Amino acid sequence: MNEMLDITLWQLVSAYIFILILLAIVRWRKIPREKEIVIATLRMTIQLVLVGYVLMFIFENENWIYSVIVILLMETFAVYNIFKRTKKEMNTSLKKIIAVSMVSGTLFAFIYFDFIVVQFSPWYDPRYFIPIAGMLIGNSMTGITLGVGALIEGFSSRKKEVEAALMLGADPNQASKGIVNNAFDSAILPTINSMVGMGIVFLPGMMTGVILSGASPLDAIKYQIAIMLGITGSVSLSVIIFLHFGYQTFFNKRAQLK
Amino acid sequence: MFQLRHVQFKDILHIENFSIPGQRVCCLFGESGSGKSTLLKMLNGMLTQDSGEVLYKNQEISSYDPVDLRKEVVMLGQDAVMFEGTVRDNLLIGRKFSGKEETSDQKLGELLNALRLGKQLEDEADKLSGGEKQRVAFGRVLLMDAEVYLLDEPTSALDVETETLVMDLFTNQLRERDKTAVFVTHSKEVAEKYADEIFYMNDILVSEGT
Ligand SMILES: Nc1ncnc2c1ncn2[C@@H]1O[C@H](COP(=O)(O)OP(=O)(O)OP(=O)(O)O)[C@@H](O)[C@H]1O
Ligand SMILES: [Mg+2]
Repeated sequence: MNEMLDITLWQLVSAYIFILILLAIVRWRKIPREKEIVIATLRMTIQLVLVGYVLMFIFENENWIYSVIVILLMETFAVYNIFKRTKKEMNTSLKKIIAVSMVSGTLFAFIYFDFIVVQFSPWYDPRYFIPIAGMLIGNSMTGITLGVGALIEGFSSRKKEVEAALMLGADPNQASKGIVNNAFDSAILPTINSMVGMGIVFLPGMMTGVILSGASPLDAIKYQIAIMLGITGSVSLSVIIFLHFGYQTFFNKRAQLK
Repeated sequence: MFQLRHVQFKDILHIENFSIPGQRVCCLFGESGSGKSTLLKMLNGMLTQDSGEVLYKNQEISSYDPVDLRKEVVMLGQDAVMFEGTVRDNLLIGRKFSGKEETSDQKLGELLNALRLGKQLEDEADKLSGGEKQRVAFGRVLLMDAEVYLLDEPTSALDVETETLVMDLFTNQLRERDKTAVFVTHSKEVAEKYADEIFYMNDILVSEGT
């Protein structure tokens, strides 16, 4: 395996030219976005530098505790982010279900993926453990966010339909079937689409990384296929768990809409 | 069939003492906003009173399993709601909910004719006109073989001729099978023509009228 080419500090600094070009263009076009561009660039730089140091520390001090702490932080951040990105009001039981489905769905997929599919050792090896966890959690987070949005939207725009079904003796499960299926669709669609476009429209980050680090494209592809399947499993599992318990929070014990 | 005592629901319904007889066609009549829809929903278990008793067959409604109750006491809401799918799907969905076997296409075709619906069973329900949707929703409830039918303005979108046809069909079937119905209408003629009993409803109380 040949080592990845090192970028010197000056080479890296030269890449910021792209941002300068962008800034020049928006100034010339009088688009009021300079502040956002500068902030985004700074955040990206600082966050990555910090993450770099943290990861370096974790890689050098291989210890299961660090890997576990990282995954817990990721889960917490993901759950918090779903709450923040959902613009509509949520009741507390729905929030609890979001947290439980997010954590249980991704962990189940993660454990299966690590121990059955990739089988790295030790089980907490941060070089595998952390990026895999990040990909599964990140994608499930997006999936659940979309699912939450579609579920809440569905219950508000299709309220009459749910009511009409209940009046005819449907149970809450039957009455909300259309909404739940629709929410599942919207939650899972980005994952399906990225499988379809995989390799043709874009080379995903993970594969790019593996190729850059000197592995053969065929090895990179094997990883990418595996991780895509893992992501699909993680997203569908967490979304299904979320929807299965989530729709019930819209009904009370008397099978009436809240 | 139903008895209400000291019933209070928000500041919408206050009913001291009121009963609805079984095996009769009853009509709820009253001005807009007087709480007719609210009362029907209460009888169907879609709303629960804040205080007082609502009895069905001498048992408090909230002591029944709500889903089982609604299979027996079905309700057609004020808006004709169409579910995704064809006219056939929409006619059959009530029977599907209550786990009854499907009705044959021949019978469904006859029902369409009886309701004067010049549509095919395969047509998209979504594309029907307002009055057509209302008749499909009506047909869906008719097919359910329920004990009690609660109909909230089931013919509000129909012309008088079609209304007569639909109400004839409904009341005949009801009397044949000895079932109970409570329907809401804003038409005095319809109330007087089809109801065995008419209940007038105003702001505070339901009183038995002529
Ligand atoms: N979920 C609700 N929460 C609070 N108020 C409601 C609710 N539903 C209806 N109301 C109010 O209760 C009153 C009675 O409503 P209801 O729909 O029962 O009237 P109605 O007699 O059926 O009128 P219409 O003939 O116009 O259909 C209205 O003033 C309405 O605004
Ligand atoms: Mg009404």
